[in-house]
Amino acid sequence: MTLDLALFLVLALVAIATALGMLLSRNAIYSALFLVLNFVTVAVFYLLLGAPFIAMSQITVYAGAIMVLFLFVIMLLGADALPKTDVLPWQKPLAIALAVVLAAESTFLLVTKARPVGDILAPADAANSMENLRQMGLVLFNQYLLPFEVTSILLLVAMVGAITLTKKEKGGQK
Amino acid sequence: MVPVDYYIILSAILFTIGVTGVLIRRNALIIFMSIELMLNSSNLAIVAFSSAIKSFSGQIFVFFVIAVAAAEVAVGLALIVEIFKSKHSIDVDQISSLKG
Amino acid sequence: MLLSESVNTGFLFLAPWLVFFPVIGLLINMIFGRRFSENMIGAVASLASGAAFVVSVLLAWSVSASNGEMLRWKLAEWIHIGTLNLDWTFRVDSLSATMMLVVSGVGTLIHIYAIGYMHEDVRFKNDVGRFRRFFIFLNLFIAMMMILVSGDSYLMLFVGWEGVGLCSFLLIGFWYEMDTLARPSWANSNAAKKAFITNRVGDFGFLIAGFIMFYAFGSFQFDEVFKQVHAIAPATIVAITLFMLVGVAGKSAQLPLYVWLPDAMAGPTPVSALIHAATMVTAGVYLVTRSAPLYSSVPEAQTIVATVGALTALFAATIAAGQYDIKKVLAYSTISQLGFMVAAVGMGAYVAGMFHLITHAFFKALLFLSAGSVILGLERGHHHLAHAHHDDHGKGKKKNKKEEHHEEEHHEVFDPGDMRNMGGLRKTMPVTFWLYMIGTLALAGIVPFAGFWSKDEILLDASKNFPFVYWLLTIAAFFTAFYMGRQIWMVFFGEARHEAAAHAEESPRVMTVPLMVLAALSLLGGALNLPFEGFHNLTNWLGHTLGEVEASLLNLQVAGISTVLALLAIYFSWLIYGRNPLKAGQIDPLKKPLGLIFTGMENKWYVDEIYQFIILTPYTKISYFLADVIDWQFWHDFVHETVIAGTYNWVSNIALNDYADQKGIDAFANWLGDVTQSFSATLRKVQNGFVRSYALSVLLGVVLILGYLILK
Repeated sequence: MTLDLALFLVLALVAIATALGMLLSRNAIYSALFLVLNFVTVAVFYLLLGAPFIAMSQITVYAGAIMVLFLFVIMLLGADALPKTDVLPWQKPLAIALAVVLAAESTFLLVTKARPVGDILAPADAANSMENLRQMGLVLFNQYLLPFEVTSILLLVAMVGAITLTKKEKGGQK
Repeated sequence: MVPVDYYIILSAILFTIGVTGVLIRRNALIIFMSIELMLNSSNLAIVAFSSAIKSFSGQIFVFFVIAVAAAEVAVGLALIVEIFKSKHSIDVDQISSLKG
Repeated sequence: MLLSESVNTGFLFLAPWLVFFPVIGLLINMIFGRRFSENMIGAVASLASGAAFVVSVLLAWSVSASNGEMLRWKLAEWIHIGTLNLDWTFRVDSLSATMMLVVSGVGTLIHIYAIGYMHEDVRFKNDVGRFRRFFIFLNLFIAMMMILVSGDSYLMLFVGWEGVGLCSFLLIGFWYEMDTLARPSWANSNAAKKAFITNRVGDFGFLIAGFIMFYAFGSFQFDEVFKQVHAIAPATIVAITLFMLVGVAGKSAQLPLYVWLPDAMAGPTPVSALIHAATMVTAGVYLVTRSAPLYSSVPEAQTIVATVGALTALFAATIAAGQYDIKKVLAYSTISQLGFMVAAVGMGAYVAGMFHLITHAFFKALLFLSAGSVILGLERGHHHLAHAHHDDHGKGKKKNKKEEHHEEEHHEVFDPGDMRNMGGLRKTMPVTFWLYMIGTLALAGIVPFAGFWSKDEILLDASKNFPFVYWLLTIAAFFTAFYMGRQIWMVFFGEARHEAAAHAEESPRVMTVPLMVLAALSLLGGALNLPFEGFHNLTNWLGHTLGEVEASLLNLQVAGISTVLALLAIYFSWLIYGRNPLKAGQIDPLKKPLGLIFTGMENKWYVDEIYQFIILTPYTKISYFLADVIDWQFWHDFVHETVIAGTYNWVSNIALNDYADQKGIDAFANWLGDVTQSFSATLRKVQNGFVRSYALSVLLGVVLILGYLILK
């Protein structure tokens, strides 16, 4: 058991635990916070995989912006637990069963059929952030310039869309 | 050295949890967060692969995915707020007008 | 010579116009006749017939100019099938020229007479528009008769034979919806049917003869047949001649097929004169004469023909003596005289037979037309009386004829032809009286009228070889004179037994003038063949066609016996009917002495009743049985309705409709619909509107696909 492996296992455990916490919480705020933890864990994973830029952007964008947005909306809409209902009683067991099957299947497929060649880098090499960042920048602005620009437009569109959707009708309160 | 397989298994488990969340929970926001979890798990898998083959393409892809996820969340939450305004509830079971 | 091409001699090219002129006449009357006046219609028809007569004269001249050689003119090709080759060829020889002259000559005179007769008849019967039809049919008859006598083969002759039978039917049934007394009835049309059907029986015999002839001789053409007569077995020729005799019995009214001729008196009198006295009925005699080579070769058949003719002559003469209708007496007289003719040609005395044919045409036509004149005279008297009654009753305006008849029928049904209604017409209709006398004397065979010479020649030829026939004919001659005398005394002498007879009027000149011509011919016609040396004109003339015939000279014994018997008969008739003329309502003086015999004569020896019993009633019964029971009840009702239609209905309604369709196919189709409905009702539950369940189904799909990929 090397250090890498131990680290991985611990982090994996944390990730799964937080995910389950998010799933099972009655309170929506608790779910959001669990998810934040999950994101941070995943960011650490990114670091371990030699993608420092992605790790940083994960934290800033996902955990920092998206989850904050989520929290805003949760607090806006109320974090109360929903009343129990008897609608679709067969939904839960069936969903869990199928999900387990899906997990098994996808694992099996990815491991046996889609197996890549090679191993993960050692963390030490991976954490050379400046080199990674420069290379990423070069690739991003040379080969992937168009998607980059399009994504910016996409963000603009999303913003406009969000505003339009929540705009009040004429005659109503502004 | 951590084999890629482990990352894949982890990604699968996280994905499964996310799927379960979408199917089980009735709170629209929790469902949305489960979707984010799913996206996240796939990001993890991509980065793992990209690291294994020593290519940058995966990371670039994940970068874009994150950006798009952000946009999506913005719009999605706006929609949920709108639904809440009309239905006064974020229970997805209340939105069953398409009942046949 | 026999089969050579036709020789264009003299006026031979006019031969087809024998037929064409009458046809043109009838076509003109058919197409334009509606716009013509009655005189115009009659004139067209008479001119057509007269033109045919002119052509006959010219053709006869052509024959004599070529020394009696036979001339043939081919008009058109007709049948060429296998070994049968027949053309429409006109045969002009002395025999056919004789017939042509008689038919067209007497026919034209009758056409002229008919103008006057029909003018009055259509008014008495209340149908003026039918005048045109009469002359169309008359012209048609002339055309058909011309085809008959000018035919060059048996088949061509048969065409004319059938055609005159048709015209006879049409003309007998001219007043088809009434009987002779103008009452609505089937009587006239039944008489026409009877004539046609009886003729048909005769034609059947003729056809059989024709078939045998074609089988034996291979041809129908006269010359080809005659030249092969020696080569054919006599039995075959006997068969042919006897079957031909059946045809002759039908057409020329011999025993046993004569029954149609008395009923044929239902037709207008010109018809009786033309067709049933002068021309059509002589077709049979012509046929036998034409077939002389055939008959001469088989003496057995000749005996039979002669016997049939003689028996007919006597049989009909006895019936004639008991009849009361003026035309019926003449009808039976015709049958009797035809018997004379058939007996003559049967004995081989062809010239005698033809001679009697010609003279009989003259005086019988004269007698019939005069009888018509008498009948119309009584009708005129009757109608004058009806008018007088009206005036007596003080009614000023004239009623129409229908109401007059109606009124008359309240009292009585007046029969203008019944001799018991006549009497004393000598004073009121003198011209008719004298004409009738001439005809009677000619028929009775009194010197020097034509009838004497022709009848005497027959008796002469009979006395030589056929004594049995001779005696039968002599007795028949006695009866002939008797019943004609009876007729004269009853009609023209004594007092009128009915007021209509008292007021009878003479006929107009258009009717009496043709009668005078006929009377002259009856008087002088004997000159055709006087039995003295050098006067045998007809014998020589016909000898060109028939071969040399031994010309007979006057035999005083035979002539004496016949003359004495005729005078005796007339004396007896005077004793019975002339000395004490009949009073009105008196029964016939012969009834008491002769008793049952007279009843038999009166009722024509019940021949019609016997035929009805033996033939007609069983036939009708069988046909009713076949029609009602076999055809209608069995075939139609049972087989068609019950079996076939019932089965079909059962199959379609019950089997197919109830079971196959409703229980089978409908059930299946409905079951399909129900299944689909229930299935879709179940399936509809998937759409429960919850997003979560939709997502679940997506997951399910993904799992399944992944599973498939794994298992692959």
